Amino acid sequence: MNLSATAQSFDRILFKNALVVDPEKLSQERRDVVVENGALKEIGKVTAGHFNGKVIDLNGLVLCPGLIDMHVHLREPGREDEETVESGAGAAMMGGFTSVCPMPNTDPPADKAEVVEFLKKRGQDLLVDVFPIAAVTKGRAGEELTEMGELAEAGAVAFSDDGDPVATAEILRRAMEYARLFDVPIIEHCEDKALTRNGAMHEGVVSTQLGLPGMPGIAEEIIVARDIQVAEFTKSRLHIAHISTAGAVELIRRAKQRGIRVTCEVTPHHFTLTHEAVRTYDTNAKMNPPLRRPLDVEAMIAGLRDGTIDVIATDHAPHAIEEKEVEFQAAPFGIVGLETALGLVLTRLVDTGVLTLPQAIAKMTNNPAAILKLDRGRLKIGASAALTIFDAGARWRVDKNAFKSKSKNTPFHGWELKGRVFGIYNKGRWWQRT
Amino acid sequence: MDFKRKHLLELKGSTREEISLILDTAESFKEVLTRPIPKVPTLRGKTVVNLFFESSTRTRISFELAEKRLSADSVNFTASGSSLSKGETLRDTARNIEAMKIDMVVIRHCAAGAPHFLTQCVEASIINAGDGQHEHPTQGLLDLMTLRDKFKTLEGLNVAIIGDIAHSRVARSNIYGLQAMGAKVALCGPPTLIPLEAQDWGTEIFLKLDEALEWANVLNVLRLQLERQQRGLFPSIREYHRLYGITRQRLEQCKKEVTILHPGPINRGVEIESELADSEYSLILNQVTNGVAVRMAVLYLLSGGKGSEELEAE
Repeated sequence: MNLSATAQSFDRILFKNALVVDPEKLSQERRDVVVENGALKEIGKVTAGHFNGKVIDLNGLVLCPGLIDMHVHLREPGREDEETVESGAGAAMMGGFTSVCPMPNTDPPADKAEVVEFLKKRGQDLLVDVFPIAAVTKGRAGEELTEMGELAEAGAVAFSDDGDPVATAEILRRAMEYARLFDVPIIEHCEDKALTRNGAMHEGVVSTQLGLPGMPGIAEEIIVARDIQVAEFTKSRLHIAHISTAGAVELIRRAKQRGIRVTCEVTPHHFTLTHEAVRTYDTNAKMNPPLRRPLDVEAMIAGLRDGTIDVIATDHAPHAIEEKEVEFQAAPFGIVGLETALGLVLTRLVDTGVLTLPQAIAKMTNNPAAILKLDRGRLKIGASAALTIFDAGARWRVDKNAFKSKSKNTPFHGWELKGRVFGIYNKGRWWQRT
Repeated sequence: MDFKRKHLLELKGSTREEISLILDTAESFKEVLTRPIPKVPTLRGKTVVNLFFESSTRTRISFELAEKRLSADSVNFTASGSSLSKGETLRDTARNIEAMKIDMVVIRHCAAGAPHFLTQCVEASIINAGDGQHEHPTQGLLDLMTLRDKFKTLEGLNVAIIGDIAHSRVARSNIYGLQAMGAKVALCGPPTLIPLEAQDWGTEIFLKLDEALEWANVLNVLRLQLERQQRGLFPSIREYHRLYGITRQRLEQCKKEVTILHPGPINRGVEIESELADSEYSLILNQVTNGVAVRMAVLYLLSGGKGSEELEAE
């Protein structure tokens, strides 16, 4: 089912009594919000009686710029049994995201303009904006650069060989130099593949006891360090995807202090779970980078708090059930994340006082928009409106069987989370959870 | 006491009482094995499947014999590889076998956690006959039985496990089992073959063999997987033998009586000098005999047996 098709068009909507969260001003205030013909018209005090249009009384629900997930895998083209742009957009809506950035490791990969155009076209009529990320190298093979100019023109907002790092420092250097021509960031998956070969989980106490081959934290840190040096040398923009170790946070913190143009993201599972989750050989606790030690989770929290970590992104990675229902070592890496992200952020970061609500929202709106230079993620009067509305206090239980994603691979099934999406507004259409 | 477990997946978390019950039961079965007709009707009508996804001769034969001595009906399923190398998934294999109404599954698999996974797929009792680099609990139990036979108690014994600790399921089961029974454990091997987090087990760690020999009453000498050399984990078999090979000369230098175990099969002249493997120090063949008795005990207890008193009453 296409969830976008259940949205309704309105020329004018008045959202009464919203708790408006502005991620630029880092403020939250009770306001009324008017949208007109797809654009943000007014934020202030508006009397419903005089309003000519649809009135929705939010009664204190949070209204913020539409959430942006800058790291998802939509599996199209190639694995439409696991996810499609359409089903992924449905999952995004359930999670409160109005924009998603699919990674290029599809089959074929997004290394040619045709694939990027195809993705844009698939997203065109959906309620969610699709901003593809294209491959750095042809076939993601780490040898020759893709035609970044044509790809950027087709709509690619960043470049990444995600799933792998750019294979050599030499190609990375050239890619980062060349990317300056289009002012787009290179997004790196940091993993020294020689150090993680055959690995199935974080190398540590738990892997030692379980007898599972390990992936040491230094595999991530070595490539983070390499990439930071290349970014400094080329004066280009580097974004580190899904950081997971305390050492990686510290490397990025110091790089930022030195003025290097580096940003980074963390996933909800990396600030929530540790490698203890693997104890039962649950393949839904298998992801790459792997779940790490408690002290790494604490470092993620500290990095979010002090601003070293700019963005929260899900690394939404749908996998077919038959591929996950196997021996741990044989299972693919990754979990779905779109439909649980906001709940985890509110439960684990806002409710606990790590971040204020506006700070948390900024890491899912304004910050990724700034990195990708998207005209999104802010409350700008006159600009096209993408809005997310949620109940920050509502408690709900995660039920993977209710997911709109085609895949159900989550370690959070049965968890009680706080914060539930009420609806989203985008492209002049309003969708409300039923 | 009653044995309350449905599966034998690992020795981690086992209590001294549980292990003692298994070993005591195994002693009763060991007596059965010396009879002119070494067979009891204990598991008559029960069906056991031996599911071997990894080549194994001695463990499979040992389980098969144990099943036959208990009068169980047993069938073997041997497959090279697993869903690691495509083909039918483990889940499908298991569910197909379950549809044939079986009571117990003995599984050997190259992936750690495969027996745990099986418990979620089928209703039968699962016995782990070795999973990847995780555990090999019946090997651990037969090692404990062999040492208890000789020393009467495991309390206070110093057992050094020598060799490739990092990749050894035998090492893990030995560590948990020995510690539960009150023995002290040391690990000895090249730093590349000892996990970085090994200290978490609360064992002694000796990088030099002579220090381990000095400390130990018992050496459990692991088989060296020769292919590890290709991953750069040690430079050559020659160097390994020079640094960690157990020889009579080295033993005599430390002037102490030591007992040697080896899970087999032996690489003679690599981890242990050939002559020494057959010497008065070695309990290697006792281990093999005890293997059948321990596996009979495990099969019996998991199928609801009450322990040695009940057996003696039969």
